[in-house]
Amino acid sequence: MFELIERLQHNTLQVSLPGFQPELAICATIVLLLLGRMLPFTRWIDTLWIALGGTLVALYLARPWQHLAVGTDVAATPLFDGMLQLDTFTIYFRGVLLLFVALFLIFSRLSGIPDREDAVDIYALVLGSTLGMMLMASANHLFVVFMGIEMASVPSYALAGVLKGRRISSEAALKYAIFGAGTAGVMLYGISLLAGALGTLHLPTMVNQLADMPEAEFAMRQTVLLSGGLMLMVGLAFKLSAVPFHFWCPDVFEGAPAEVDAFLSVASKAAALALLVRVAIGFGHVPTSSVAAVDRPTSAVVRTVAFAAQPAVDAPVAAKAADDKAETPATVPVPLAKSRRFMVGLISLLAAVTATFGNLAAYSQTNLKRLLAYSTIAHAGYMMMPVAAALAVVGRDPELARESISAICFYIGTYLFMNLGAFAVVAFVRNETRSEEIRDYAGMIRRSPGLVVCFGIILVSLLGLPPMSGFAAKLLVFKSLVTDPQLYTLLIIGGLNTVLSLVYYLRVVKVMTIDAEPQDRVLPSFSMLTPGGVFITLMTIPVAGLGIWWDPLNVLAQQAVRQLFS
Amino acid sequence: MESAVTLLSLVVFLPALVALLLAFVPKDRTDTVKLMSLACTAVVFLITCWMAIPGTGADDLRFDLGTAKLQDAFAVDWIPSFDIYYFMGLDGISFPLLILTSFSCLCAMGASWNISKHVKAYCILFLLLETGMLGVFLALDFFLFYVFWEVMLLPMYFLIGVWGGPRREYAAIKFFLYTLLGSVFMLIAILMLYFNSDLVVLARESAYNPTKNPEKWAEIHVAEKVTKEVVAALEGKSNRPIHTFNIIALKKMGQHTLLFNNPDTPLAFGKSIQWWAFLLLFLGFLIKVPGVPVHTWLPDAHVEAPTPISMLLAGVMLKMGGYGILRICYPICPEAAHDLAWFVCFIGVLSMVYGAFAALAQKDFKRMVAYSSVSHMGYVTLGIGVWSIFEANRFNPDYWSMGMNGAMFQMLAHGISSPGMFFMVGVIYDRVHHRNLDEFGGLFGRMPVYTALAFGIFFAGLGLPGLCGFIGEVFVTLSIWNYSKTLAIISAATVILTAAYILWMIQRVYLGAEYKGPHGDHISPMTGREFSIAAPILALAILFGVHPNLLFMYMTPTVHQTVQELAEWTEDVKAPLDARQRTVTAASGDASDSQ
Repeated sequence: MFELIERLQHNTLQVSLPGFQPELAICATIVLLLLGRMLPFTRWIDTLWIALGGTLVALYLARPWQHLAVGTDVAATPLFDGMLQLDTFTIYFRGVLLLFVALFLIFSRLSGIPDREDAVDIYALVLGSTLGMMLMASANHLFVVFMGIEMASVPSYALAGVLKGRRISSEAALKYAIFGAGTAGVMLYGISLLAGALGTLHLPTMVNQLADMPEAEFAMRQTVLLSGGLMLMVGLAFKLSAVPFHFWCPDVFEGAPAEVDAFLSVASKAAALALLVRVAIGFGHVPTSSVAAVDRPTSAVVRTVAFAAQPAVDAPVAAKAADDKAETPATVPVPLAKSRRFMVGLISLLAAVTATFGNLAAYSQTNLKRLLAYSTIAHAGYMMMPVAAALAVVGRDPELARESISAICFYIGTYLFMNLGAFAVVAFVRNETRSEEIRDYAGMIRRSPGLVVCFGIILVSLLGLPPMSGFAAKLLVFKSLVTDPQLYTLLIIGGLNTVLSLVYYLRVVKVMTIDAEPQDRVLPSFSMLTPGGVFITLMTIPVAGLGIWWDPLNVLAQQAVRQLFS
Repeated sequence: MESAVTLLSLVVFLPALVALLLAFVPKDRTDTVKLMSLACTAVVFLITCWMAIPGTGADDLRFDLGTAKLQDAFAVDWIPSFDIYYFMGLDGISFPLLILTSFSCLCAMGASWNISKHVKAYCILFLLLETGMLGVFLALDFFLFYVFWEVMLLPMYFLIGVWGGPRREYAAIKFFLYTLLGSVFMLIAILMLYFNSDLVVLARESAYNPTKNPEKWAEIHVAEKVTKEVVAALEGKSNRPIHTFNIIALKKMGQHTLLFNNPDTPLAFGKSIQWWAFLLLFLGFLIKVPGVPVHTWLPDAHVEAPTPISMLLAGVMLKMGGYGILRICYPICPEAAHDLAWFVCFIGVLSMVYGAFAALAQKDFKRMVAYSSVSHMGYVTLGIGVWSIFEANRFNPDYWSMGMNGAMFQMLAHGISSPGMFFMVGVIYDRVHHRNLDEFGGLFGRMPVYTALAFGIFFAGLGLPGLCGFIGEVFVTLSIWNYSKTLAIISAATVILTAAYILWMIQRVYLGAEYKGPHGDHISPMTGREFSIAAPILALAILFGVHPNLLFMYMTPTVHQTVQELAEWTEDVKAPLDARQRTVTAASGDASDSQ
């Protein structure tokens, strides 16, 4: 007994907490911000600096530049008894999230959304949500999955309604909250079903249970597993704004300010994708002995504590976990193969429908924020495709599966700049013209050429034409789909979707450049030398630059996935 | 090698650099902007002309006439983590098209002088377009090729959409949609070929081996680091495939290995990877050529585009389709090309006949010229497609070589005559502001110099002996005789249709007693600027008609080698395969008979 406590203590203090530093830094920043409400010191210092400083400290503690460098060999470590997984994938997504939050804080200050009164609330909500997202990216246990989604979502509901007193904003927040609560309930029920069928919520243990399950028993529990998996997917699809759980997205994006949209469309999506990858790996790949060995002492404890009646199943795990690379169709246990096939089919279908629907629905939009909302839905579809590809090839070639996942890492790295830039343009133009309608952008190139060129580059990149970074991202996604003949349909759907999306992205460009200026009023001229203009330029440079020379980001993305599927 | 990098990069990126520079010139200094752009196109043209002076050998950057090999080739690291290299080079197929591009751009920039709307933006887009066009002909890395291919789309969209005629927005988006659809197909094919390519297999199973046969290996121009990886893999140190975007390497894989057409692993519906890749690539290029039935973007785009852009569209951009088929489709996917030769030829003849009939029916001068392009580019598709290498049961690729040479020549001839025709339409449109063929007449009397030049250029388009259009048509028609007599007769008969619409047009526009249309008083003789654009075009049309060898000497070695390689492939790989198939079928037939 003492030995157990000692081990727990050692694990928590020596392993888990040091690996959890960035999250702790964010927690401390939130506490500091909230304390500032009561203590008078926020009257003297701008709370932006506290929030930004906290984020940068967290980013420093996360050290992505160190852990993602080529050649360094940090071991993948489970934290808190296997609740979280700390590996390069976690570190990459932590880095992306924290970098984004830092940029976002600067952007929201420049566009002036948080006023003196609200600033603390907004910053606390944003950081709170980010904390949840970081948990999502490192989740290794369905309990953390649920907790992470909720921690990320609840502050977002409040953020969506940040413009107090505007009906449309409050409506957006309410819609978001109700939708979120509903899907969370369904997901929780799904998780409980899975727990019932597999006896654990620890993802690696779950997949081991699945792989070891005798066929007869699997046939018996198939329905429960199937419905559990589907319900779990509902929660993920909501966070990804995948069709048919996307209905909140356009309304929330229209009602909430563009700044919040930027946050939801990038950070929230990045975290949801990372989580999808975690869950997909969790149900489709049996980890090899090396990981299981690190894991076992404490995860066994967790399991015995949580499910005292459940007999330990470690022995067969260790025995069969070694033959990862030599996996052939004959050696894959039937339940595992079925689980993979089910997920490949489900994710492919969701991805295809989401991309197609998003692109088609964007056609008729007149509000730029709604258009961008549908564009993010379509992009979620593209970003889900490599997950299906990875699961389709993982049994045959884990290296290929890793490459597929690295496409997602690359995509999110470019998507960060594209969407932040796009929403920054919307926000700054709104500050000038008080309008977010596409028709009010007519002929803008005459007075604000710099802004239009930047926005044009960003839109072309979202469309995915070379030499912009959006093309490189799409190329990597499509490349992951040529790896297996069963994915060719998805590849063709993805390709045709690019053609579909041409019309509405180009329409915005056309309105800004070719259409005549409105007769009845004078458009304001937006100088690129204002802080806002500089911010937009700084977002546009990586959008174009990463399209011309994307080797560094690609190497980074490859490093981010090197510990997956091992 | 460094000097080759500098030279070719300079040729391709000089226009883009000048475009960047132009962004900082004040908007109202329109003359400075135009002069800078003209100077830039002139410099690029002069550099390519200098390269055309026959060189002496390997270290000379100028074009070496005697060899079919790649010249001035280099492969520099670009995105090595995805096997992408900055790989460019020249040979007899790309070099004439490169000069054609730089010449057309110079002419088109000269023709742009009366553009008065947003001059700065126009020039910037024009120069970006030029970079894209030049790059397509020089790129030998599939990814790089695709990037240049796509870079042209956006400038073209704006050039048609902002400076075009009344239906410009419709025409611009139609052009964009068609081309993007084609390029998406192309992208899928590129990725399929990339993923199934493997340099290790190529090295192991063919003569292109880095250790045993370093000279042959050097022809592929892979980067040194990759060569080391291949050597290591050959020694058994790694078993991961080494993919590549290198077009030359993919070509060797298509011809010397079973990577793309392994009969045991068909991709879908029993067809191999290369069969599908060929179809996708061919469709992508056919849209650009354009071939019937995917040509419908062309009349709209050509008619609505401003004159200089129509010149570029007809003069250069259509050639990219033919170039792509010649450079990529056929060499990389020979089996599919062999099996689908009848399909390619049929599309070619269909385009010729359909385009000619459509041109005959047009009332709009520019639309007629646009349809004549569809018809003339059909010869290109046909000339490439003829897989006529059997002659009385023995292999003799001479006719096919003739057809391909004819197709190449036709591309260049059309690249000279077609911009000339569009320019001629533009000259008269600038004066009378209409293009209705029935409302002209009597221009001979009012604008004698213009009419004389127009006669020459239109006759070159018609294919009159002694002018450049004749050579290509004759070569193609002759070569097809031995493949299919029906097609040969139809294609020869098309010449009559061509003569009909050109002569009828000349009669309605230039001859006759007097001018019948509106704005008659605006008709003034040709200006010096217009003359200085039209005269060189006509001079080249006559020169290449009288002395075609001037072009043939550049391209024949490479074209001949391309055909030779494919003929060898047919003899060594395809024929035995077919023979075995026949035996198998016959054997199974016998077996069923005996039962």
